[in-house]
Amino acid sequence: MVEFNLPANSKVKGGTTHKAAAGAKNVRSFRVYRYDPDSGENPRLDTYEVDMDECGPMVLDALIKIKNEIDPTVTFRRSCREGICGSCAMNIDGTNTLACTKACDEVKGDVKVYPLPHLEVIKDLVGDLSNFYAQYASIKPWLEAESPAPPDGERLQSPEERKKIDGLYECILCACCSTSCPSYWWNSDRYLGPAVLLQAYRWLIDSRDENQGERLDNLEDPFRLYRCHTIMNCTNTCPKGLNPAKAIAEIKQMMVSRQL
Amino acid sequence: MSARSLRTPLARARGLGSAKGGTHHFWLQRLTAIALVPLTIWFALSIASLATADLPAVLAWMRSPLSAVLMLSFLLAGFWHMKLGLQVVIEDYVHGEWRKIACLILNNLVSIFLALAATLAVLKMLLGG
Repeated sequence: MVEFNLPANSKVKGGTTHKAAAGAKNVRSFRVYRYDPDSGENPRLDTYEVDMDECGPMVLDALIKIKNEIDPTVTFRRSCREGICGSCAMNIDGTNTLACTKACDEVKGDVKVYPLPHLEVIKDLVGDLSNFYAQYASIKPWLEAESPAPPDGERLQSPEERKKIDGLYECILCACCSTSCPSYWWNSDRYLGPAVLLQAYRWLIDSRDENQGERLDNLEDPFRLYRCHTIMNCTNTCPKGLNPAKAIAEIKQMMVSRQL
Repeated sequence: MSARSLRTPLARARGLGSAKGGTHHFWLQRLTAIALVPLTIWFALSIASLATADLPAVLAWMRSPLSAVLMLSFLLAGFWHMKLGLQVVIEDYVHGEWRKIACLILNNLVSIFLALAATLAVLKMLLGG
C-alpha cells in the first residue's frame, strides 16, 4: 500500500540553532531540512538566524549567505539565480518553488526550507531527479520529422502555429509541479507526471512535428497519462505560472478525438 | 525504486512500454458521469415523492415502463461508474502486485454481482410475481 507515514529512519528530528551575531537588528530564522547519508542519522531541522539587513531579498540569497558565512555543509543546487535554470527548486513555506524567485518577505514567520517532496534525498535539499529526467527523455523531447527541412532555411511555422507552444516552451523542468502531485508521489515509477506531460504536449502541438500519432501511442496508458486526476497542485505551484493540468487535459482530448 | 538496481533510469522509465489503452476507461467514466447527472436528480426526486407511499403505489410507479427503464439506467450507470472509479482508487493506492490484482478482480466481480442483483430487483417489481 501507499505509505502515508514516513519510515522511522526518515522522521525529521530537531537540530541545532545557529544564532545571529549580537548586533543584528533585523533577524529572521530559516529552518532548513538537513540530511547526511554518511552519518546514518535521521534528517533534522537546523535553524539559522540571518541578519536580513546584510542579506539579499530572496530565499536563495539567504541560503547562500548561510552556506558562505554560517555553515558550509548546507547542500543545495543553484545556478542562474534568476528563475530560468530550475536548479534551486525546493519546498519553501510548504510550497514547491524556486528559492531564487521566492522573496523572504512573502513568507510569514520562520522560513521553512525542505527538499522537493517525495524524492529520495541525496543530501540536505538535493533530491534524486534521475527518474524525472529519464521520464523526460522517454517522451523524445525533440522534433521528429521525416520530411527533410527546406534546403534554403528552417522549418516554417505560421504565427498562429507558433502561438500554440506559448505557455509550454517556458517550462524549465524544475520539477516543482511533478513533486507536488500526489498521483506522482504514489506512482512516479509509471506515471509521467505534470512536467513531463506538459513537455510531451509541447511536442504534440508543434506544427513542425510529424510524429503526433506515435507520440500519442506512447502516452496511451492507464498509468503514463491517466493517473492525472486533475488535482491541480501542479498549476498551483508552478513558479513560472504555467498550467500543466491544462496541457494534460489537451492530451486527453487528443486521445478521445482520435477515437471518435 | 531500488537504488541498487543497475538498470539505467531510462530503462526503468520506459518499463514495459505503453499499454495502448486507458482512453476507453476515461471515456466511459465521463459518459457514465454525464448520464448520472439527470438520472440521480430523477432518482432523488422520485424517491422523495414516494417517501410516504404504500407498497401498491410504489409497485404501480415502478411498473410504468418509463420508471423501470430510468431506474435500470440509473442502477447500471451507477454501478458501472462505481466499478471504474474504484479501479482507479485501487491502481492509485494498492501497490503490491498480487494484492492489486486480487482487489481489481474483487472489484469487477462485486460490481457485476451488485448490478445483477439490482437489475433483478427492478425486473421482479416490473414483472410482478
